[in-house]
Amino acid sequence: MKQVNAVIVGAGAAGGIVAKELAVAGLSVVLLERGRWYTANDCRKDDLRNQRTTVLGNAFGPDDDRNPRIVVNSKGELHTFLPSEGPYSNNAACVGGGTLSWGAQAWRFMPQDFKMRSTYGAPPGSSLEDWPISYDDLEPFYEKAEYEIGVSGDYSDDPFHRPRRRGLPMPPLPPGREFEILEPAAKRLGLHPFHIPMARNSVPYNGRGSCMRCRWCCGFACEVDAKNGSQNTVIPIALNTGNCELRTECMAKEILSDDRGRARGVAYFDAHGHLQEQIAGIVIVSCCAIESARLLLNSKSRLFPSGLGNRYDMVGRNLQGHQYTGALGYFAYDTYDDIGPGADIAICDYNHGTPGLRGGGMLANEFIRLPIHTIDRLPSGTPGWGLAHKKAMRDWHRRTIAIIGPTQQIPSAEARVTLDPSVKDKWGIPVARIQGNCHEHTYEIGDIQAERARKWLLEAGAIDTRLLNQAQNAEKLTRGPDANKVRSLSSHSDVVPAGQHQAGTCRMGNDPQSSVVNRVCQLHGVDNVFVIDSSVHVTNGGFNPALTIMAVAYYASDSLVRNWKGTGFRS
Amino acid sequence: MKRKSDERAEQLTRRQFVAASALGGVAAAIGCRTGARGNWEFLNDGQARTLAAICDQIVPADQFPSASEAGVLTFIDRQLVRHFRSHQDAYRDGMEQANTMSRKRFGRDLADASQEQQLEVVGALERKANPFFELVRTHTLEGYYGTPRHGGNRDAVSWRMLGLDEPPLLGRAQYDPRKGSPS
Repeated sequence: MKQVNAVIVGAGAAGGIVAKELAVAGLSVVLLERGRWYTANDCRKDDLRNQRTTVLGNAFGPDDDRNPRIVVNSKGELHTFLPSEGPYSNNAACVGGGTLSWGAQAWRFMPQDFKMRSTYGAPPGSSLEDWPISYDDLEPFYEKAEYEIGVSGDYSDDPFHRPRRRGLPMPPLPPGREFEILEPAAKRLGLHPFHIPMARNSVPYNGRGSCMRCRWCCGFACEVDAKNGSQNTVIPIALNTGNCELRTECMAKEILSDDRGRARGVAYFDAHGHLQEQIAGIVIVSCCAIESARLLLNSKSRLFPSGLGNRYDMVGRNLQGHQYTGALGYFAYDTYDDIGPGADIAICDYNHGTPGLRGGGMLANEFIRLPIHTIDRLPSGTPGWGLAHKKAMRDWHRRTIAIIGPTQQIPSAEARVTLDPSVKDKWGIPVARIQGNCHEHTYEIGDIQAERARKWLLEAGAIDTRLLNQAQNAEKLTRGPDANKVRSLSSHSDVVPAGQHQAGTCRMGNDPQSSVVNRVCQLHGVDNVFVIDSSVHVTNGGFNPALTIMAVAYYASDSLVRNWKGTGFRS
Repeated sequence: MKRKSDERAEQLTRRQFVAASALGGVAAAIGCRTGARGNWEFLNDGQARTLAAICDQIVPADQFPSASEAGVLTFIDRQLVRHFRSHQDAYRDGMEQANTMSRKRFGRDLADASQEQQLEVVGALERKANPFFELVRTHTLEGYYGTPRHGGNRDAVSWRMLGLDEPPLLGRAQYDPRKGSPS
């Protein structure tokens, strides 16, 4: 197989951007993706089988066929989970990765989010740390992501994000009914509501049309291709250069090393299950936090017997995601307008600055509900079945507003990804094992966020509310077909909630003994391997992390291209 | 203000729905025959009658169709040889237990028991924290309120019940890709 300048593993939010930046700069690139390339025609509007509701499986990968992960609870008990089961902590496996089917909230982090340790101090037992780069370092690349991927919204009423050089390229979608109900209430409480930034076309942009505001949004591929991800923006540009070859259904096995410890390429199983080797000058790992750690740990050699870049046992540590809490409000009138994407109003008043709390998170109304989502979200005391349940569905499906948000986790080095010593996937590759939890303080913050959401809903006129706090989340896990298995994980205190916002496993830092990559995402000790995805996030912000993943990808690619010397990479 | 979809939903009363279903052969599929395996992929006809009784307590009929009338058995039956394969034993045992309980208490199969008796048996399954109960509750509600594509929620009857336009109107009729989005 022809040698190339760079092989990228994973065609998601980050991998697609790196492919485009490198290919445009003239490097020859092979982009490997374990999943398939879906299109708008694969929307299917199947509310039982998508990336958000997986009753009948994941629509956009991975499939459940011999693809397990092992989850270890605090008692040391092992449980096997399939990709469509919650504790597996799935994101997606397809061209575009999570950005094919995401809700498309495209948030910038706030400056404090890069300085968590120096802002708050690290609580004992945590691994809270500052990023080695700042908001200012990333600001031009946030802007690049907003313009190249395409973001609509309006930050002008948000006093908490630092002034920016340019506004967003598209105005927000017209407000829905929930916005109109929640905005005046937030203002009465002294909060600062504004339009959520969304990677969704509100007007024609990038050669594609605008959002038609349907009911099937978060978790689905967009039927009219108005939702922006790497699959319909940067990856087509990369391919158009003629310098990038995309190979789908190719599962990376390991990164190959030479005698001096430098990477020489990637071994992978192609779509027919045949083992192939792609030799390359640079290897870029962009598989999302859990799988990127797994690939490095599976890349063992004489110089790296416990995995590439893992000399100090740091690969896989500090796994984090988001603690989602909030509240449901029940109203005396219809709040539902059947206009997607539903989520349209947010506040950042509670991200930072509460005395006694180390951070917080953004709060926003939730994406448009499908009936399937209301089944277990009726007012407290409603029976779970029978005539009363059916009547409550009629009474409340159109009269509910949910406000929820991602609480920034306080990471712990004990929350980690390792390799299972015995279980292998269908290609014979050792699978990921997930264990440990984020710091307990995260849950205290999450429960306070839930109360704040409730207060907002009551101010807006809710006649009844229900908290979606930690206790409720734990209870929710005890309902449903996987209840028995999940119940044995006992409560929240067992395993870190990672999932689609997973991050942190290849921490960025200046010290090779306490981090995995340097400030430009280059593996400590192996100068031609880069990890570019959410794995490098030191902390994960109180926001959906995708735009930050994209900004870091542009930032790291910029450095990589500038240091490229034509035939090889010199640091 | 009454929405158009509400009016339409009310027009589709349960009686009309059942009548329409019977014409389409649905009544046959929910177990008028005994013995042979009927049209099911996993269930036998006896099990189908038992399961219909259970599902119809989870989503009973009122002015809108019950679970089995809306095709939930078809949904569960199909998935028991597909995505719910791992639950085959739980279903087999659970349906048998429910039937045994009914025979012991009332001297007849669950399917032949009265509404009140069926409610009592399903309630007992829940109180015993029977793992089968949690499965069948969840699957029934998913079949009833989920997409019609998989056999349940036939003719989107639950969506109409909730006042949702079917086929969806908003975000479609007004869609013109050359202009901005509809508000």
